Amino acid sequence: MADELLRDEADLTERGVSREAEDPSSPLVDVAEAAERELGGPGLEPEQEVLTINMGPHHPATHGVLRLIVTLQGERVLEVKPVMGYLHTGIEKSCEDKSYWKVIPFVERMDYLSYFFQMEAFCGCVERLVELEIPPRAQYLRVLHMELNRIHSHLVWLGTSALDLGAISMFWYCFRERDQILDLFEMSSGQRMHTRYFQVGGVFEDIPVGFEQKVRDFCDVMPSRIDQYEALLDRNEIFLHRTRDVGIVSRERLLDLGVTGPLLRAAGEPWDLRKSPGYLCYEDFDFKIPVGTVGDGYDRYRVRLQEMRESVRIVEQALDGMPEGPWISDDRKYVLPPRDELSTSMEALIHHFKLVTEGYRVPPGELYYSIESPRGELGCFVLADGSSKPARVHFRDPSFVNLQAFRDMSVGGLLADLIQNLAMLDPIIGGVDR
Amino acid sequence: MLRGDLEGPDLEEYVEERLLTTTLENALNWGRANALFPMTFGLACCAIEMMSMVTSRYDIARFGAEAFRASPRQADMMILSGRVSVKMAPVVRRVYDQMLEPKWVIAMGACSSSGGMFANYAVVQGADKFMPVDIHVPGCPPRPEALLHGFNKLQRLVRGKPDLGWRQRYNAAGTEEWARFEEGRPTSEAIERAAQAVRESTDA
Amino acid sequence: MPDAPGLELIAQGIEKGRPGTVIETSVERDRATLIVQPEGVLHALGWLRDTPDQSYRFLSSLHAADYLPATPRFAVHYEVLCRERMERIHVKALLADPAGMPGSGAEDTPIDGEAGPLPELDSCVALYPTAEFQEREAYDFFGIVFRGHPDLRRILMPEDYVGWPQRRDFPIGGEPVLFTHNEIEAPRWFE
Repeated sequence: MADELLRDEADLTERGVSREAEDPSSPLVDVAEAAERELGGPGLEPEQEVLTINMGPHHPATHGVLRLIVTLQGERVLEVKPVMGYLHTGIEKSCEDKSYWKVIPFVERMDYLSYFFQMEAFCGCVERLVELEIPPRAQYLRVLHMELNRIHSHLVWLGTSALDLGAISMFWYCFRERDQILDLFEMSSGQRMHTRYFQVGGVFEDIPVGFEQKVRDFCDVMPSRIDQYEALLDRNEIFLHRTRDVGIVSRERLLDLGVTGPLLRAAGEPWDLRKSPGYLCYEDFDFKIPVGTVGDGYDRYRVRLQEMRESVRIVEQALDGMPEGPWISDDRKYVLPPRDELSTSMEALIHHFKLVTEGYRVPPGELYYSIESPRGELGCFVLADGSSKPARVHFRDPSFVNLQAFRDMSVGGLLADLIQNLAMLDPIIGGVDR
Repeated sequence: MLRGDLEGPDLEEYVEERLLTTTLENALNWGRANALFPMTFGLACCAIEMMSMVTSRYDIARFGAEAFRASPRQADMMILSGRVSVKMAPVVRRVYDQMLEPKWVIAMGACSSSGGMFANYAVVQGADKFMPVDIHVPGCPPRPEALLHGFNKLQRLVRGKPDLGWRQRYNAAGTEEWARFEEGRPTSEAIERAAQAVRESTDA
Repeated sequence: MPDAPGLELIAQGIEKGRPGTVIETSVERDRATLIVQPEGVLHALGWLRDTPDQSYRFLSSLHAADYLPATPRFAVHYEVLCRERMERIHVKALLADPAGMPGSGAEDTPIDGEAGPLPELDSCVALYPTAEFQEREAYDFFGIVFRGHPDLRRILMPEDYVGWPQRRDFPIGGEPVLFTHNEIEAPRWFE
């Protein structure tokens, strides 16, 4: 079994690390070298057997149903080929069959950890196609929910990745905070995951009474919780040995491969779409972009942890600066009229009927709109042909593009580092396969 | 209590009050139901909710199923958490076949129960098209509480009627893993012989 | 994004190296679009990438779309980005469908058959390595062949799948599921 194999290799890595420690004369070194000679570890003669193993699609450490075909020479990875498509859902095709407002629940289910971002990419794209302005309160509510979602996504990443590296207690702590965030989502929209909270024109409903206080409570407690994660991992010898100086890819190569998000920032490139072109009301907020220096697994971990802190700051600022006013545009061509108008206004009734039965029509055109998701540039391409259904919806998913860098990270390294690289790459297979 | 404290009919009565008699089958099923080993098998969105079922807030350990096994050989329950695509279906079926019997399956969420909202070319419209499913949990994704409820239903089912006779219902006699092998290799005669054995046992 | 005169200058620069490459330029909805000939797409992308004062060195997305019933039927979209100036240009290569062209003798090709000839385009993997997976995706879903791609296979669908599922004339698939509300339509389904 591949997982049993992996456990052996984890042992070997530790031995390999201790070999590089310092003292060349220690007996540990001889033991490690003898074991390597026997088992086929690093530093062997090239004329060895080359072994191709198949990891996945059902493998506990691949974060879903990714399949890797790994060619090994002893312990070294010679070649790795990801095979995906085991979760291909045909969402882009299904979207062509639905009217615009029914597409939103579909796109949420692509990258199932960052559903608010998919909604924003699609709704923002359609809003630009129909040239609809959204009110400032809706922008703030969107930013608030997206940043909470970013924390949520990074928490799940931290819990599962630390689990891959053997730190099981991180999983419990991260999911404790994740459930707090999901409670907030449930309070504002009624669902834990896949909330369908964003609408074309704004958000579905105003936040309820008491929501603000609960978010503030969460923001008060979250930074200290991040301190706790750091205390657990930052001085953990095994974690440091397994992440430091592993999986380094140069910044230029990452840019050539189209990698964005925390992976690119960990390599030292301060590239964040929230800052540079700016969308929604991000220019109102004061936040920093954390960057790494080396670009190894440890930097990726640090960058994400720091991003969670910055997201907490943005959430606090969004609560402080939340403007009053409507939470959805009042353009009756695209937005459902409020419930009370239906019994008094014939016009509202007609609009309601039209929107619910046929949906609104979008003038012909095509647009690519990109935002910064927790994993990088999330782009949405919508092709409208003038009817009430999109002619094509395409998502440029960051996990899909970032996965191309996996080969560069892993080839030449040890097999145990492959798991670490995958964990720090953080691909969401639902987003890769769509 | 020391030896000699009770004598004769008093001792008889004391023992009768404290004894529990049951059939071996019942005791076995009770043990099975309270020590299910789920398999680590995440497909899509529901997998995240399945993971949170293990965490401290929902805590499936209360029902004795917290030990997720990565190998199908060690698991006896599979939670199909998410949509099953046409490319994944053979893999799922193969993993299911590798599990030892008795085994149970929970289809979690709308997608694996009926295809859900994804009625298109890529998704299998319901996992029971290609494998037997014992419990369907509705929701998209179901809350962990809903999954726990489904799990409790499954426990009740295991306690009450362990062999659901699904091989007969699905006309799947002869698909037992042991049945297909003769001297380590599957042969058609071995399959036919096993099917015959199952048919005879059900007729009798 | 470059404004309309800037886009014209870019178009002229591309035309200088290879006349007839740019078919049309347009600026709408804050988006600059260059429609190029399919044969000249590599030249246009290379020019945008390597000209010193352009340096659109980042390909953020490559995707295909099916414009049925319009002709030419397919288009491949390239979203290139200059990270220094934060400018995006959308390059679009229109591709005719060789299977549907009169005279090709393939008008009656079944929709899910791979028998008909496929539209072809030069691969830009050498210019932008990031395009590798995305070109494979376009091949997988639309049947657009990228000449010179290092490893052009299906990526998301099973390898033995027949048909190009995201073309507009491909049926969406799926089948009705039996619920209590529609079980009267399938009488005695339980037998």
